[in-house]
Amino acid sequence: MMDKILLAGFGGQGVMFIGKILTYAGMLDGREVCWIPSYGPEMRGGTANCSVVISDEEIHSPVIEYADFAIVLNQPSYDKFLPRVKPGGVLVANSSIVSTAGKRDDIEIIAVPAGDMANELGNVSLANMVCLGALLPKLTMVDLASVEKAVSAVVGKKKPELYELNLAAVRKGLGK
Amino acid sequence: MSKELMKGNEAIGEAAIRAGCKLFFGYPITPSTEIVEYLSKHLPKAGGTVLQGEDEVASINMCYGAATTGARVMTASSSPGFSLKQEGMSYLAAAELPVVVVNVNRTGPGLGGLGPSQADYFQCTKGGGHGGYRQIVLAPSKGQELYDFTMEAFDLADKYRTPVVILSDGFLGQMMEPVELKKRPKADLPAKDWVVGGCKGRAKRKVASYSLTNEIGEVNNLHWEAKFAEMKDSLQRWEAFHAEDAEYLIVGYGTCGRIAKSAVLKARRQGIKVGLIRPITLWPFPEEAFANLDGVKGILTVELNFGQMVEDVKLAVECRTPVYFHNRLGGMLPSENEILRKLGQVFDLAVEV
Repeated sequence: MMDKILLAGFGGQGVMFIGKILTYAGMLDGREVCWIPSYGPEMRGGTANCSVVISDEEIHSPVIEYADFAIVLNQPSYDKFLPRVKPGGVLVANSSIVSTAGKRDDIEIIAVPAGDMANELGNVSLANMVCLGALLPKLTMVDLASVEKAVSAVVGKKKPELYELNLAAVRKGLGK
Repeated sequence: MSKELMKGNEAIGEAAIRAGCKLFFGYPITPSTEIVEYLSKHLPKAGGTVLQGEDEVASINMCYGAATTGARVMTASSSPGFSLKQEGMSYLAAAELPVVVVNVNRTGPGLGGLGPSQADYFQCTKGGGHGGYRQIVLAPSKGQELYDFTMEAFDLADKYRTPVVILSDGFLGQMMEPVELKKRPKADLPAKDWVVGGCKGRAKRKVASYSLTNEIGEVNNLHWEAKFAEMKDSLQRWEAFHAEDAEYLIVGYGTCGRIAKSAVLKARRQGIKVGLIRPITLWPFPEEAFANLDGVKGILTVELNFGQMVEDVKLAVECRTPVYFHNRLGGMLPSENEILRKLGQVFDLAVEV
């Protein structure tokens, strides 16, 4: 099994962060993982994206031509990456600021008002984690327990309050 | 042993520290900057020094000076910066100084772009500087190899008294993968009985590359020629992936090598006998991998350049089977499906992608 995941949004929306969380989650569960940032001058301002591959066997090609899953946090990312999800795949969109009017009927599009839901938690910058929670039931290689471990490993030790807040957002996205 | 999630460039830095590197001289350039960044943070704690030179020329010559004292020394750069180091590389080869030099290949020519490329293959393997020298070139394809090969590069440099190049690319440098931080393996290395560190109580030594007369020049060159021949005989290394019964061989190194593995597996699932030769030493080029081509109907070389390693493949194959070429340029990467389509096209095979 292999999950190929594309993550995209504005710089500052925490795209790289949820990529790292997913990568750690896979690694801490003993999976093969790979995190690939887009890098270069486009990193400052504009859109940011990264891709994550999580697999139960060795990852040879880390190049994602068509993804199994995508999380898009803003409109340009939705427009850019909608065609890059393979038929039967799942795309989670932050519908607080993304119009999912341009549709594909061969993939599942989950529209989550992640910005609004994050605001209810008191911090709009948690929209990324809400979307991660919404995608979680669809992923084959990681689950909530592994994400909890990953958040703990990445932010937990230094800032325990951030650990709770991030996981609250993930659970909200999961509908729990 | 537990694994750490790190960028490829960070893996190089950590491996250097654990290999006993004590001095790093460099000038930052994307996409290699995380190497100097990582070392700046961690090498001083390990008793080493990181010094940013005023430019690449200064940095490589600082490596020359430091290596003459017997310390383990490294520098790292990316294509345009690596070009600036070439005169120094030639001097290192002539003075036979062990230095590890990382080139995180970005696109070119000129200032180029920041994406991954393999267009520095000629420059690294044929002698980017003057004078006809050879140097060991290692081509990692994943985080763990960036770590392992960097560590080994220091031993190879000491064993053969030569500069060793780690040829990475922007993709490998920026990608994060789990890396097992292995301990430095024990290596049986010759004593550094040539270093210049003060000659009180012993005969004076000299480390220099100048040949005062043509007669001396010929003696020196015969010595280098013999050394290069010995390295060529003893160091060739490659990975053969499903190559044993292959009717079609892909040849690719680094990033292309690992992508090609996915193409091989996909072809095999369709009953097409495809294999891969992934050169690990680019110099010496693994000619021995092509010694037996019985049953091989053709070869497809995949590179991120206009066609460089394919020349070495053709020299090794000696026209025994046709050699084709596929590339992507300017920072773009081929997908496994693209490689498979090309295989189908050149060898007239029905492939499903």
